[in-house]
Amino acid sequence: MNNSIFKYSILFVFLILIQVLILNNVYFLGYINPLVYILFIFLYPINKEKGLLLIISFLLGLSIDFFSNSGGSNAAATLLIAYLRLPILHIIQNKTEFDYLLFDIKKLNFLQILVYIFSLTIIHHIIVFTLEYYKLQGVTQIALSSFLTSLLTTLLIGFSIALFVKNK
Amino acid sequence: MQQIISFLIKNKYFLLFLFLEIIAISLTIQSHSYHKSKFVNSANLITGSIYSNFNSVGNYFHLKEYNAQLAEENVRLKNIIAKNNNQESSKPFTKLDSLIYQQKYTFISAKVSRNDYTKSNNFLTLDRGRNDSIQEELGVITSRGIVGVTTNVSSKYTRVMSVLNENSRINARLINNTHFGTITWDGKDYNTLQFEDLPRQANIKLGDTIITGGKSTIFPEGILIGTINKFEIEDNKYKIINVYLFNDMSAIGHVNVIINLDKQEIRALENNNE
Repeated sequence: MNNSIFKYSILFVFLILIQVLILNNVYFLGYINPLVYILFIFLYPINKEKGLLLIISFLLGLSIDFFSNSGGSNAAATLLIAYLRLPILHIIQNKTEFDYLLFDIKKLNFLQILVYIFSLTIIHHIIVFTLEYYKLQGVTQIALSSFLTSLLTTLLIGFSIALFVKNK
Repeated sequence: MQQIISFLIKNKYFLLFLFLEIIAISLTIQSHSYHKSKFVNSANLITGSIYSNFNSVGNYFHLKEYNAQLAEENVRLKNIIAKNNNQESSKPFTKLDSLIYQQKYTFISAKVSRNDYTKSNNFLTLDRGRNDSIQEELGVITSRGIVGVTTNVSSKYTRVMSVLNENSRINARLINNTHFGTITWDGKDYNTLQFEDLPRQANIKLGDTIITGGKSTIFPEGILIGTINKFEIEDNKYKIINVYLFNDMSAIGHVNVIINLDKQEIRALENNNE
């Protein structure tokens, strides 16, 4: 238990630093910065006790907001996908009950993983960009940057999971 | 009562979610409605020191560029001195009274450790703070023109509201006549600002230079902003005037913070009149 607290604290700090020091300076095609820090939500173990995850994800988003001066938009979006993680997994797996302890993201098939990552990512990005632009005239801009950024984020999160998550 | 408690327990995760979400949304709304957000900003000690440490590594790659900018500024300042010397020499007498000379502004140099330019509300973080006598609402410029206005100051770091911010409004005028207007940003292109409220009788052409107007206590008069690169006239009014910035806002290295020494006196006078 202690070991996993340590592991996830390191991951928490590591993802924040990677995000604000490197990924926020990517400016791919001029304006696309992938928000890979939400990888934390995908790696955090699935269990029935959701309260801790909600608090951690709120703090994760808020830390990013502190660095990028974005009010509370990342906190709101990260909290929402942390809350929606289980329902979306239920929908993707087509089951109402599954064994929390035995769940392993690598046991999903490729398409399921892709849908899982992409759906949570695009929800997160739409919320972030909507709250950042904060006006109706920007709808096309919000849609475009959410979509393109989601593609890049999904790609990077997919690679990270493939590389760093061990097969059980 | 029993039912209320059991309802709370049953929905505790949803209620926790709702509670945190309301906090997050209200922080967002607050950050959009006020120039300075009281709580979430990058001028605090942790974010400030992480940015400035990381930035000190990256700065070596830009030394060449900074040198070129310095040389450029030196030439500009030498030209100003050369101009003034000519006028001085033509005057019949010189004054040597230190009481007549009064300094209005001082400049503090600072390094940008974080710079945003692609969002709709952009901020910069500087590695100087209250310890270096920086306060809130001071102008920030480079040798090429305006950058923004300080909004949050901690002991060692400062957050600057960039001119690329939808809340930014800066008094400006044309270099060749005294009609003034306001510089704003529409959130689209980071090289182009909008010049608003310019009266129709001011004649403008493409390529005209825009400078700060000096009607506020933040910027002195005559700081460079940019040149007009597009304008449209509708109903005998200027509908849109685009100003192309002299500064490249995506590459800001060293900046100057301007302290207006008469600010308190001017404020006190203005408050008296109200």
